[in-house]
Amino acid sequence: MTFRFRDLLALEPLSAEELAFLLDQSRPFQTIQRNPLKKLATLRGKTVALAFFENSTRTRISFGTAASRLGADTMNLQAEASSLKKGESLLDTVQTLNAMKPDCLVMRHASSGAADFVARHLDIPVINAGDGTHEHPSQGLLDALTIRDRLGKIDNLNVTILGDLQHSRVARSNIHLLGKFGCRFTLCGPAMWVPEELEKIGAPGVSIRRVFRLEEALEDADVILVLRVQTERMHEPSISNEDYVLGYQLNAERLRRAKPNALVLHPGPMNRGSEITPEVADGPQSCVLEQVTNGIAVRMALLYLLISGAPEDGPDPVSATKEEPPPERNRRSTDKKDLSHASD
Amino acid sequence: MLLIKNGRVLDPASKTDAAEDILLDGEKIVELAAPGKLTSDHKNAEVFDAAGLIVAPGFIDLHAHLREPGQESSETIETGTRSAARGGFTAVCCMPNTKPVNDNASVTRFILDRAKTAAGVRVWPIGAASVGSKGEAIAEIAAMKEAGIVAVSDDGKPIATAKLTRQVMEYCRSLDLPVIEHSEDVSLAAGAVMREGVTSSRLGLRGMPAAAESVCVARDVQLTELTGARLHVAHLSAKASLEQVRWAKQRGLPVTCEATPHHFTLIDEDVQYDSRYKMNPPLAAREDREALITGLADGSVDAIATDHAPHEPALKDVEFDKAPFGILGFETALALALEQLVHSGRLSLMRMVELFTTGPARILGIERKIAPHEPADLTIFSTTHEWTYKVNQSPSKSRNSPFDARTFKGAPIATIVAGRILYKM
Repeated sequence: MTFRFRDLLALEPLSAEELAFLLDQSRPFQTIQRNPLKKLATLRGKTVALAFFENSTRTRISFGTAASRLGADTMNLQAEASSLKKGESLLDTVQTLNAMKPDCLVMRHASSGAADFVARHLDIPVINAGDGTHEHPSQGLLDALTIRDRLGKIDNLNVTILGDLQHSRVARSNIHLLGKFGCRFTLCGPAMWVPEELEKIGAPGVSIRRVFRLEEALEDADVILVLRVQTERMHEPSISNEDYVLGYQLNAERLRRAKPNALVLHPGPMNRGSEITPEVADGPQSCVLEQVTNGIAVRMALLYLLISGAPEDGPDPVSATKEEPPPERNRRSTDKKDLSHASD
Repeated sequence: MLLIKNGRVLDPASKTDAAEDILLDGEKIVELAAPGKLTSDHKNAEVFDAAGLIVAPGFIDLHAHLREPGQESSETIETGTRSAARGGFTAVCCMPNTKPVNDNASVTRFILDRAKTAAGVRVWPIGAASVGSKGEAIAEIAAMKEAGIVAVSDDGKPIATAKLTRQVMEYCRSLDLPVIEHSEDVSLAAGAVMREGVTSSRLGLRGMPAAAESVCVARDVQLTELTGARLHVAHLSAKASLEQVRWAKQRGLPVTCEATPHHFTLIDEDVQYDSRYKMNPPLAAREDREALITGLADGSVDAIATDHAPHEPALKDVEFDKAPFGILGFETALALALEQLVHSGRLSLMRMVELFTTGPARILGIERKIAPHEPADLTIFSTTHEWTYKVNQSPSKSRNSPFDARTFKGAPIATIVAGRILYKM
């Protein structure tokens, strides 16, 4: 199949088949991350514009690294230095960037729907790297990839999401992805942060329930997604850290309520001692560092697909476009079929 | 002289629904009679053949923003009234949230002078309730009344406090002016860009609950009971607010309300990050829309008003949450009312005409009828003419309509103000 979307703005409109395709496309790029030489020439001569209108460190670096490992050049726009501070509109800013002829725009913005708005006005692919409280598609994909690596599947899992659900774009992208594979969701957090409407945001038939007692919310969980208590972003209303820790902090004792090998995911950056204890964050069930590594693979796959528009049956993006003939050991390790290290 | 012949006259005031000829002379209606039966001399009259068309009293829009003075890049009194004439409106009430705010007689007089120069449809200014609509001190309401305002409102926001609302109501009662309220609890609505619900949760857009409106309606209904003032609830959107209005009406309180075409046509589920769907109050839930249509049919809603709110493209073509609230309304109002209310079988044509004519007139304390000696203001429209709305062809300076490219059945054919045909399709 070929990816039918020009842009990646949200996971909600994607079918299970399309989502699985994106995850499969990320596989070869996962392998690359373990190579001593990580740079490909797949997108040599291409330019990726990174426009982060909202502060971001890890997502920006991750997309930048993904572009660089594909051989693409990047241009960077950062909110503080940009002309937006001088009163330029978002549309003028991105049209100016576009006039410098990048092949793809990766953007983050504090307004929900900002990527959608920009995509309607540009003729190049737009990747949403997080828009307000709407979606964070690449995060949803890297979370699913991480779960699939660890558990061998993403179907029919019990997924518990903890924290400020109302303002979480990560939660929405996870629900829209995993929900299409039959996962059931338990949303847990202070009631003001988990409004009833969230039970209906999934596709028809997706089971989403709210539970306000953490111990109950963790029962039978296969996956626990801990959301960050975003101190810089307004939680409305805010509650005290003490209250939050008392009610919703994931600690080792509470984690025992979940299934024995339940995974703990966190989109980062973590506030240790707030939403999660160090013991859990560093424990064997934690996937936080794999998530980061998989983030680059997922983003390489997205950039590759959207910029080259390559079909599934086309040449292997990894082995076919090496900058130079790779050493023997590298070729083996980048073979698509070599998944032996998939879950290390 | 102007003879309008062969039309089907629909006059809610006299409950007339008959084929009649109407003779206008100067600014007044002279006579109406069965076709061919006029007794007055009309040999030299210009003839308008209204065969197959409806002839109604002139439509009144209780709620519009003409943006002048101060925001002429979005609309002027001239462009706004031309757009209104295309929509079949013979009179528009313009809200005071201009720059400067219409909170004193000199601004009121400026607006009326500009309207006279524009020589378009009648412009009936609404004065601010408070100075600068800031909710602190009462505006110069008596002086503005002398200059020509027909009501007061701090539209764009509610009158800030219950105490000030009470005082404005008491004062307006003594001046015999209606108080038009933009009902919104600003703390419940703070930061919101659409109605709260599944769609706002899906889109990650901050929503305001229906209660943001109904809490304020409840407050004002109670204050109406306290003061006896005439309260008119602007652009009512929520079922719960309508229930408050019904309760007030049952108690015999002088409370009225209006509904906009967009609120009885669209719902929150139609919002897709397209700022042409952003207005305040926001598009409501499916059941709210249903309640509005029921209220329009059963008399709980007194008038259809457009809330015509032009914003130039540069202001509207931004991120959804940064775009200003408001959409164009004049030119699609009648067609949407026909589509949603009449062709759908929910309202009779007579009831719809009432909502555009005698309904708003009563709120302003005036009459609206087709009879000798009455002003020669008439709206002639078709219920069958098929057309496509093209916002690029609008005389309005703005383009913010979600109904661009929509195809309609039924349209204004001619707008007659003071005996002059201001618009003819």
